[in-house]
Amino acid sequence: MAGLATVFGSGAMSNSMPEIEDNDVLFVIGSNTKENHPIVALRMIKAIQKGAKMIVADPRKVPMVKFAHLWLQQRPGTDVALLNSIMHVIVKEDLIDKEFIKEHTEDFEEVVKAIEDYTPEKGEEITGVPAEKIVEAARIYAGSPNAGIFYTMGITQHSHGTENVFSIANLAMMTGNLGKASAGVNPLRGQNNVQGSTDMGCIPNNYPGYQKVDIKENHEKFEKAWEARLSENIGMTATEMIDSAMKGDLKAVYIMGENPAMSDPDIEHTKKALGKLDLLVVQDIFLTETAELADVVLPATTFASKDGTFTNTDRRVQRVRKAVTPAGEARDDAWIIKQISGLMGYEMKYDGSEDVFNEIGTVWPAFAGISYSRVESGMGVQWPCPSKDHPGTPFLFAGGFPRGKGRFTAVSYREPAEITDKEYPFALTTGRELFHYHTGTMTRRVKPLDEISPEAYVEIRPEDASELSVENGSLVNVSSRRGTIKLKARISDRPGRGVVFIPFHFKEAAANVLTNTATDPICKIPEFKVCAVKVEKG
Amino acid sequence: MADRINITIDGEKVNVDGGLTVLQAARRSGFHIPTLCDDDRLKPYGGCRLCLVSIEGIPRPVTACTTPVTDGMVVETSNDHIERLRRTIVELLLSDHPNDCMTCDRAGDCTLQELAYFYGLRDNRFWGERRRYEDDDLNPFIKRDMEKCVLCGKCVRVCREVQGVGAIEISYRGFGAKVCPPYERDLNCEFCGQCVSLCPTGALSGKQWSGKGREKDVKKIKTVCPYCGCGCNLTLHVSRNEVIRVSSEPDTINEGWLCPKGRFGYEFIKSPDLLKSPLIRKNGKLEEVTWDEALKFVSEKLGSIKEKYGPDAIGGLSSARCTNEENYLFQKFIRAGIGTNNVDHCARL
Repeated sequence: MAGLATVFGSGAMSNSMPEIEDNDVLFVIGSNTKENHPIVALRMIKAIQKGAKMIVADPRKVPMVKFAHLWLQQRPGTDVALLNSIMHVIVKEDLIDKEFIKEHTEDFEEVVKAIEDYTPEKGEEITGVPAEKIVEAARIYAGSPNAGIFYTMGITQHSHGTENVFSIANLAMMTGNLGKASAGVNPLRGQNNVQGSTDMGCIPNNYPGYQKVDIKENHEKFEKAWEARLSENIGMTATEMIDSAMKGDLKAVYIMGENPAMSDPDIEHTKKALGKLDLLVVQDIFLTETAELADVVLPATTFASKDGTFTNTDRRVQRVRKAVTPAGEARDDAWIIKQISGLMGYEMKYDGSEDVFNEIGTVWPAFAGISYSRVESGMGVQWPCPSKDHPGTPFLFAGGFPRGKGRFTAVSYREPAEITDKEYPFALTTGRELFHYHTGTMTRRVKPLDEISPEAYVEIRPEDASELSVENGSLVNVSSRRGTIKLKARISDRPGRGVVFIPFHFKEAAANVLTNTATDPICKIPEFKVCAVKVEKG
Repeated sequence: MADRINITIDGEKVNVDGGLTVLQAARRSGFHIPTLCDDDRLKPYGGCRLCLVSIEGIPRPVTACTTPVTDGMVVETSNDHIERLRRTIVELLLSDHPNDCMTCDRAGDCTLQELAYFYGLRDNRFWGERRRYEDDDLNPFIKRDMEKCVLCGKCVRVCREVQGVGAIEISYRGFGAKVCPPYERDLNCEFCGQCVSLCPTGALSGKQWSGKGREKDVKKIKTVCPYCGCGCNLTLHVSRNEVIRVSSEPDTINEGWLCPKGRFGYEFIKSPDLLKSPLIRKNGKLEEVTWDEALKFVSEKLGSIKEKYGPDAIGGLSSARCTNEENYLFQKFIRAGIGTNNVDHCARL
């Protein structure tokens, strides 16, 4: 999101789910939409039935490829080269939107210069995608009035993830695909309320509503609103906290509903760092891998025992309602936070979750018009919604960008932080599959889901498998410079040659034992989508 | 959007969108026409023939679901002739139906049962041979009871038209017709359960909720799915403080469609592994303590670390699983209560 915030001044899906079905072109890159955002995929299928064309760019033959008019199988980590060469064709063939560029953007020439060298042939050399397919993709994408780009972690979880996002923004801006319905730049968010957590200021540099902590007026505003002295320094990101704990500087961590001992890259490193803390507090619904390391574990309740709101991927605020009373002594997260805060001398008194919600609207203008009564229905309200009579905002940037002009950012291709070599010849990419979610704490406790997908596996191409004399279902050891896991081989035509895929849901063979802690320098996202591994018969 | 046109339904003049079918126009104007095979989210099919209506100028009754409205059209949704036809259709469907509503999960929520009730069908002129199918389900999600299938084709169509999969088809002919995967074995199913949600009878249901409670026993609570970021609306069916089933309504952002996690992935809500008490590590082991002890321990320890090393020696990781309100409170506590901006969540993971 840092990438989009830099170029547009706002980081979220620019358009909304219902608009998808009226796109003329869907460019899906680094998103296994059918498995990871199944309901968004249904809207895409509807668009195709209405006549839209779809381009899928993915190193794996993900299920969405079946619906695509064009599939670009780029090598993992080469997205910038792919996007630059597509843009090269668009500029060369004069398919750009000159008026949009002039009216709404700046620094376009920088990008023209940067992509000068990225001919389709050079693109093919780096990405492995045939030059003629790059040309075709450029013509399809730029040749229609409404083209939307959809991406997820396949774009962002790289050591150059922000640059990938810049490239996507460049592509959308040069073709004028922003500020209108059924187009745009659409990062599909992977977790039920990841949009909301970010909106609410659970990031080290922003107060709620993307208000920077190091701007004096914001600082003063929140000190007044919260009646407290606040720090003026930007805080640490999750990955920085782990490094700081390792060094012994960070002494205590309070974790609410997260499982970094499973979800972080190089989890042995994370576990060691958490072990050095003077105090680790974990608040969760299960004794997760992280909770097992804690000094104190606080039992929270599931979503089914909570009142509140979630904000989905298209900025839609919707109501969460309590259905069952919680197990044993478990308490909802809000109650626990308020208790600890009160004991530490900072009283937080609210009359239920609606009272908290209304306070958010007083500190973040884009939320001011939303209330519980307005989000009663199954369509919610999409922020920005500044006043009670504002209908909410289905697509962003209608009159221009929040930062004024959208900024083109010249980007050059860089290799992933770790590339394959003789010893570690396979590129490993990680992700989710249809039947499980994230670290598996919830879905692996659902019998039918665990029955249909009971164990970890590594996807490998038939040619690669036969070279290693590995059979379908046989045990293999997959190792990186950081560790080894043992799991079953699944021979599949999904990955390309020299690429293997492991879902990260299974603690018995946790993919993140292998992954690299290299992070993007701007947004600190780890490079989950490429690292070098070797595969050996187990 | 087509132009508005004027039509007459059961003697009443109504102004409707010219792009609608007679069925849609009638429903939107408040007239009831029975159907088994129709769903507004699927293409018109005309399979069940229950929506037969009389239209002035057309000699025989036509299916309302496949007939487009035209300006000046005069429609009759019910008359003796049509009701006799509909009654016969339902009677034929019931003639080889198990009629075991006493033990069927769908009782009280079954279109066929409603129709039988409406037409007062107890005796049947067509009793005769019955279809018999063996229960051969190996999948863990979907329970099939094909003897209750009325061949409305909704399951087949949703799988193909909406889900883009086409795992099932209507195979064989006449009395032997049935819904099954190719060659009755190569099931290429994503287990989204869209078919289950559309089935008008007890032919398709969820194994997890089989026998757990019928329509009249459940309280329905609307909420939002806890998995990915699509934000699908869920309706939790609650009985005796337990979520026994999940469904979704068509008038939602997800149009009532769900994925296997959203529809079938709710068992964790009552998992025996759920944490039930606060724990503190004592002599290397996590031991159960009271809330008072746990909260006192945490606040005192955080307080002393803040005192000794300053607030920036403390960090908080919030959760993309928790609500907006909880996230807001969490960062407010870390920022205002502790005094540091060391707060983040797993957006990047």
